[in-house]
Amino acid sequence: MKLVVAIVKPFKVDDVKTALQANGVAGMTVSDAAGFGRQGGHTEVYRGAEYTVDLVPKVRIEALIEDGDVAKVVDAVVAAAQTGKIGDGKVWVIPVDEVVRVRTGERGAEAI
Amino acid sequence: MPEINAGDTAFIMIATAMVLLMTVPGLAMFYGGMVRAKSTLNMIMMSFGAMVVVSLVWVTYGYSVTFGPAIGSGDWSLLGNPATYWGLGSIMNPESMAINGGYYPIPALSFVAFQGVFAVITVALISGAIADRVRFGPWLLFAAIWGTVVYLPVSRAVFYFGDENGEQGGFIGATLGAIDFAGGTAVHINSGIAALALVIVLGKRVGFGKTPMRPSNLPLVMIGAGLLWFGWFGFNAGSALGANGVAAIAFINTITATSAAVLAWLLTEKIRDGHATSLGAASGVVAGLVAITPACASVDTWGAIAIGLIAGVLCALAVGLKYRFGYDDSLDVVGVHLVGGIVGTILIGFFEAFNGAGIFYGGDASQLIAQIQGVAIVMVYTFVMTLIIGGLLVKFAGFRASNEQELQGVDLALQAESAYDFSDAGSKGVSA
Repeated sequence: MKLVVAIVKPFKVDDVKTALQANGVAGMTVSDAAGFGRQGGHTEVYRGAEYTVDLVPKVRIEALIEDGDVAKVVDAVVAAAQTGKIGDGKVWVIPVDEVVRVRTGERGAEAI
Repeated sequence: MPEINAGDTAFIMIATAMVLLMTVPGLAMFYGGMVRAKSTLNMIMMSFGAMVVVSLVWVTYGYSVTFGPAIGSGDWSLLGNPATYWGLGSIMNPESMAINGGYYPIPALSFVAFQGVFAVITVALISGAIADRVRFGPWLLFAAIWGTVVYLPVSRAVFYFGDENGEQGGFIGATLGAIDFAGGTAVHINSGIAALALVIVLGKRVGFGKTPMRPSNLPLVMIGAGLLWFGWFGFNAGSALGANGVAAIAFINTITATSAAVLAWLLTEKIRDGHATSLGAASGVVAGLVAITPACASVDTWGAIAIGLIAGVLCALAVGLKYRFGYDDSLDVVGVHLVGGIVGTILIGFFEAFNGAGIFYGGDASQLIAQIQGVAIVMVYTFVMTLIIGGLLVKFAGFRASNEQELQGVDLALQAESAYDFSDAGSKGVSA
């Protein structure tokens, strides 16, 4: 089992969600995030004073998937989130030791 | 003695309530949205605090000192006798009429209330300069002391035109003949220069000029600016002290100059920074309103447009000075109220249109000189007195919050509350 973590632009959340669902991913967790990469933040102007805001708003999407789906799902997320401009985000995959469905107590792949 | 007139009285009472709305919640929201989220409530509370403290100062002895019969003799008078209308005294009756260099056909108590809300907003305006870093209790003390020692004599000098025979009026308005219809000197230059003195004695916020201090809620700022504009019709038109043609001139100029100032501020921003911003629009509203305040009954449409445009550009440029000179005027009270007040008060010398006193309208330089003298007197007196009052409160009353309290946010550290709560997660238990 794997955990796919995607940091994407906020306006791309719906596209990524649709792509994940189209590839058989049944559930996901979405949270607001802030951070920076090579993009290095942006500037805002208040009464003529320019502020460099280095933490840019992003959305963090997490989904549990089976080992065999990794390539397909990651490709789908990247395709959905891409604009080609700086600040598109990142996707990474983490191995998962155990998953339990709280309601039934099912374990492992059954619980995904 | 004229009779009390129902139309005038109704107008002044409504205008008074509109000016009250400028402070709470207009100014409270305008300032509250412009500070960081961690001190929004403290900022709003400073407007409410000024409201309640200065109101009580006003009805106990403040009105009497500003508009009461003079202490001593002489052509002009520095102070009124606080004992004459102590607790409003003899004018607390339905027959008493307003006197200010002659009779006005409104109840004396309506005049008391109208002038009282001016005293309130003048003190409240100062609070924007000292955001994020002061304790509320000492602020109330400041409001009472500054409201007494600075506002009362300055407003007498500007707004008092003498007893029922027009004798022993104030020095700036009556003796010098400087025109200040609704408070360019007494309200805006007064609060603006006080703000400068106060930020000098209080010092900068931690991280000023280095860390971003972004406004927490710009929609709140826009609503506040809108309420200020609405209330300002009461402030300017109401200063005619009657429902008449002069009030109408003040009213229309309050639209004209303000609109010009907003466009000027936005254009300045667009050229300098590349963006026209909502905060710029809100700031332009206030800059235009401030500048037209002293001039609103003295200029025609072209004068109002010129004053608005000049104030919009100069104030937009002036708000950057604090970074260059290193004084932490947090919400630009100096850049907007002091600069806007000076612009409006002095430009009367050029644009006075109805008595031929403006230089562009056939006048000589005498009106301009009177205007400059009025500005200079208020600036010097208020600056020195505020340095002393502020310095004493910092030293002996703990006016300034500690660095730890400031970094945590004065809302939580001093008031035990926070303005915004987006989640209940992590809170636990109630003990009453």
